[in-house]
Amino acid sequence: MSAHDHAGHDHTHGGAAHGSLKGYLIGFVLSVILTAIPFWMVMTGAIDNKQATAIIIMAFAVVQIVVHMVFFLHMNPASEGGWSMLALIFTVILVVIVLSGSLWVMYHLNANMMPGLHEMREMP
Amino acid sequence: MASTAITAGTEPVFHLEEEHAHAEGGSTMLGFWLYLMSDCLIFAMLFAAYGVLGGNYAAGPAPKDLFDLGLVAVNTTMLLLSSITYGFAMLTMDKGRVGATQAWLAVTMLFGLAFLSIELYEFAHMIHEGATPQRSAFLSSFFTLVGTHGLHVTFGIVWMLTLMVQVARHGLIEANRRRLMCLSMFWHFLDVVWIGVFTFVYLMGMLR
Repeated sequence: MSAHDHAGHDHTHGGAAHGSLKGYLIGFVLSVILTAIPFWMVMTGAIDNKQATAIIIMAFAVVQIVVHMVFFLHMNPASEGGWSMLALIFTVILVVIVLSGSLWVMYHLNANMMPGLHEMREMP
Repeated sequence: MASTAITAGTEPVFHLEEEHAHAEGGSTMLGFWLYLMSDCLIFAMLFAAYGVLGGNYAAGPAPKDLFDLGLVAVNTTMLLLSSITYGFAMLTMDKGRVGATQAWLAVTMLFGLAFLSIELYEFAHMIHEGATPQRSAFLSSFFTLVGTHGLHVTFGIVWMLTLMVQVARHGLIEANRRRLMCLSMFWHFLDVVWIGVFTFVYLMGMLR
């Protein structure tokens, strides 16, 4: 194996890519906090407004996913020459389109196609 | 042709000689990441299906009648602990300590098994109460989404067991390190999906 190969090898599998003890511990503590707060909010009903609670716990989930990506999956713009980040961004765009598109279309379908009481009474 | 001197015994070369050699497994991590991203799309579809059908109870049980958030919290803790112990396994692997790596992998597997057991207990309890997958669209999509995640965890545990045998036989050779790093990504990815499940299915279900 030539010196060049070895250098390239170290670059992709280098120690930095595995994270450090400190990184894992920070990620773990953040995850525990970000998990405990939503559970506490829903189990005790800390906020009366259900819609506000839903928005807050979804925000916590998004933050926790980012924490996992950074501290556990060691995602950074430089890993694998930027290709894994590119794949991730592409996937996130697809997921957003799939989720928001499905919910939006099906919600309107339900709202517009549901036979109301009024129409059903007129049926023979 | 005559001007090209071809010495006897030399095979003609049809590929670019400038092509440098790639280290074996050099692209495995990126390839595995792409697999995880496609897996992510599978879960996105299942989440979308649950999002659309999750409110159709067909006069059957609703999330409030079925879910026990205390149990889900314990389950989440198990998966989170298994994530950090797998991280410790990776750190000891970097130091080349075979015994410690195996021990952390075993601990991770125990947490994974605890997660699965609790989930199976929950499923059995629900089915016992008549909340079977065929009861309503909500339950069909619930069992498909959470069951697919559970199936991934099951295969992750099988994979972990296989790698522990490999490490015991061959030690922490380069190929085994690469495999352990792939499983690391798989395992942490499952934890990321679980964040979506407990938020979107369990917590939001209780708010409905």
